Amino acid sequence: MNVNWTLARRRPLLVARAQIIQAIRQFFIQEGFLEVETPLRIPAPAPEAHIDAIPSDGWFLNTSPELCMKRLLAAGYERLFQICHCWRGNERGRKHLPEFTMLEWYRADADYTRLMTDCENLLTALAAACGLNDDLQVQGREVRLAKPWQRLTVAEAFARFSDSSVDAALASDRFDEIMTDAIEPMLGIGQPTFLYNYPSERGALARLHGADQSVAERFELYIGGIELANGFSELTDAIEQRRRFEQEEQYRRSSGRIPYPEANKFLAELPAMPPAAGIALGVDRLVMVMLDAAEIDAVVAFTPEDL
Amino acid sequence: MYTVADLKKGLKITLDGDPYIVIAFDFTKPGKGQALYRTKMRNMINGTILDRTYRSGETFEPASLEDRKMQFLYKEDDHYVFMDNQTFEQYRMSEDAVGDSKNYLIDNLPVDVLLFRDKAIGVDLPNFVNLRVTETSPWAKGDTSGSDSKPATVETGYVLRVPPFIEEGELIVIDTRNGEYSTRVKG
Repeated sequence: MNVNWTLARRRPLLVARAQIIQAIRQFFIQEGFLEVETPLRIPAPAPEAHIDAIPSDGWFLNTSPELCMKRLLAAGYERLFQICHCWRGNERGRKHLPEFTMLEWYRADADYTRLMTDCENLLTALAAACGLNDDLQVQGREVRLAKPWQRLTVAEAFARFSDSSVDAALASDRFDEIMTDAIEPMLGIGQPTFLYNYPSERGALARLHGADQSVAERFELYIGGIELANGFSELTDAIEQRRRFEQEEQYRRSSGRIPYPEANKFLAELPAMPPAAGIALGVDRLVMVMLDAAEIDAVVAFTPEDL
Repeated sequence: MYTVADLKKGLKITLDGDPYIVIAFDFTKPGKGQALYRTKMRNMINGTILDRTYRSGETFEPASLEDRKMQFLYKEDDHYVFMDNQTFEQYRMSEDAVGDSKNYLIDNLPVDVLLFRDKAIGVDLPNFVNLRVTETSPWAKGDTSGSDSKPATVETGYVLRVPPFIEEGELIVIDTRNGEYSTRVKG
């Protein structure tokens, strides 16, 4: 008998992970959401400059269930959630797996501020369901879940934590570097942080802000310096959506990536979609944060290297 | 030619003409942003440590090193002595250059020694080595959970976590790539 001891040793974390996922389901069912399963293999992913779909027999493994979920919204489903696997090529690190578990939920007739409230309620419910108290320990730092959580605009974060403005960072192509080096490590310390109102070019599927068209109604949730979720008020203007897809796809092709066909059924049905908001939350990272794991490898049964 | 996708701990590349080994690596990517590959590298000649961040599309030349089959002979003061299996020539390497590999070096262990201009500057280990446990606490009977672990010291002085059923004197297999217990050697 040759027991795979590395696998056996993961038991306590895998048990706790299963509890968290069951509690997520319970939360959304109680909130009146319908759980759906959409295909994991799709013909046309949403083109995004820095996300690579993995080809699968002429189609692609989904990078997010977003387009199918929005087609359901357009068909009149009002509150939807899904827990599924997603794939993103060439992403492997302490917080990245090329195949990972995503939670997405969508609300018709709501905007991104409603999703922030959902996040607060969800994590509070999960902590209670899993027997954790409201004070998480995340890699030696305390994070209190008491509501309301910190809300910080991207512009405020740049002013507070970096020596650059958002515009200067974008112009010199240093936005992502400043974000990872100077800003992200400071977010979600003491309490969770919503970083919101991203520059408009950083939200390919998000609606522009009503009062300030230079930013998109998009936010990210951070806990203990770890990015957990990305949500936004959905763009429902099909013409504008097509223009942004073309722009992103042009960038993808010019940098030598595999071309995607146009997501024409999604674009055709988008005009029927009501005002809505949707969010994607990384379940593996949520488990990391709740169980104080230092790396994503600790909270999954198998990493690609284990196969 | 390597690309950023090849970057990982242990990769050896050429930078400004010198061989460097990647000693720490992380992939980061802020939400919807571009991938950044953060590395910490050690100059394999003079030990200088560098921090470098790379982006998608960048490429690297492999380090031009010669690989020789050798075996570990013994440690002398703060130097480790290896012998070339073909020429029987001996090479000395400093403790710094040997690095974490010293945790697995037992007499006669077959290794690949890396030469740069005929100077031994690094060692590549087999992926798995067998080492004997010299010290560990006894197994608390009745514990069958299979998920607990305890510390154990092996003959090189290295300390690692092992399953509770491992006893003193047993031979265990250690994965040298992550330093973790893999399985035990039967009989």
